[in-house]
Amino acid sequence: MKPILLVCALVVLLAACGETPQTLGAVRKDDSAYQGTGKGFVAAGWKQGDKAAWESQLKARAQQGQNDYGRMN
Amino acid sequence: MARMKFICDAERCIECNGCVTACKNEHEVPWGVNRRRVVTLNDGIPGERSISVACMHCSDAPCMAVCPVNCFYRTDEGVVLHDKDVCIGCGYCAYACPFGAPQFPSQGTFGVRGKMDKCTFCAGGPEANGSQAEFDKYGRNRLAEGKLPVCAEMCATKALIAGDGDVVADIFRNRVLKRGKGAEVWGWGTAYASKQAGQPGVSAPEGAKS
Repeated sequence: MKPILLVCALVVLLAACGETPQTLGAVRKDDSAYQGTGKGFVAAGWKQGDKAAWESQLKARAQQGQNDYGRMN
Repeated sequence: MARMKFICDAERCIECNGCVTACKNEHEVPWGVNRRRVVTLNDGIPGERSISVACMHCSDAPCMAVCPVNCFYRTDEGVVLHDKDVCIGCGYCAYACPFGAPQFPSQGTFGVRGKMDKCTFCAGGPEANGSQAEFDKYGRNRLAEGKLPVCAEMCATKALIAGDGDVVADIFRNRVLKRGKGAEVWGWGTAYASKQAGQPGVSAPEGAKS
């Protein structure tokens, strides 16, 4: 009986030693935008996964959609 | 590619709130959370100016510096994003941000403050690009679709410009040269740690080399 009681007491006393660590984990890495969504609902004119094509697509889109001086003159 | 930037041209903004509406619709932002809003300076006084304000994706972001759980990260394009699975909703970022960008939903039990929500430059979050999980937490990932932020793309007067910093600066510079005024870009110096046009430069400390 005594050993059982001793084991039970040890379990109760050492219960706090099983606490999980609370150190900060690394932030999850995001996929790069040029990799695309893998779906068909994307802007036409660039290939998903091609970084250069994605960059030129965004630059062209910014000029066409936002530079009204470029369209008028 | 340079870093992704927003510029709001106060000479053109007509306070229509179209950018705010487009943002809320595109990302299905909940009631009470405004990722973007239009602020009017000197309202009612002749010469008033309006500007559209959201997260400016600062080069040296104060929200990143104060976050106790390190939930923020910066993409290769310079967009400041955060991981809602890590955010604890403490609100430190809201106090640190000079633009009031971090927003907190409060529809929970007892009005408890939820996870922080802010403008993502339409770049989603750490979940897989274009996934339902990403949309549910952060909204559409338009950058991964080869598109620019919807607020700027649908701006009727093209007051709000978004995109690659070099392109955006070129468009704005051309405008200023053509109209001959309105070179001041509100928030630019604060967000991007650069000298603002039309403002006196900050003198270098004595003995410093340029």
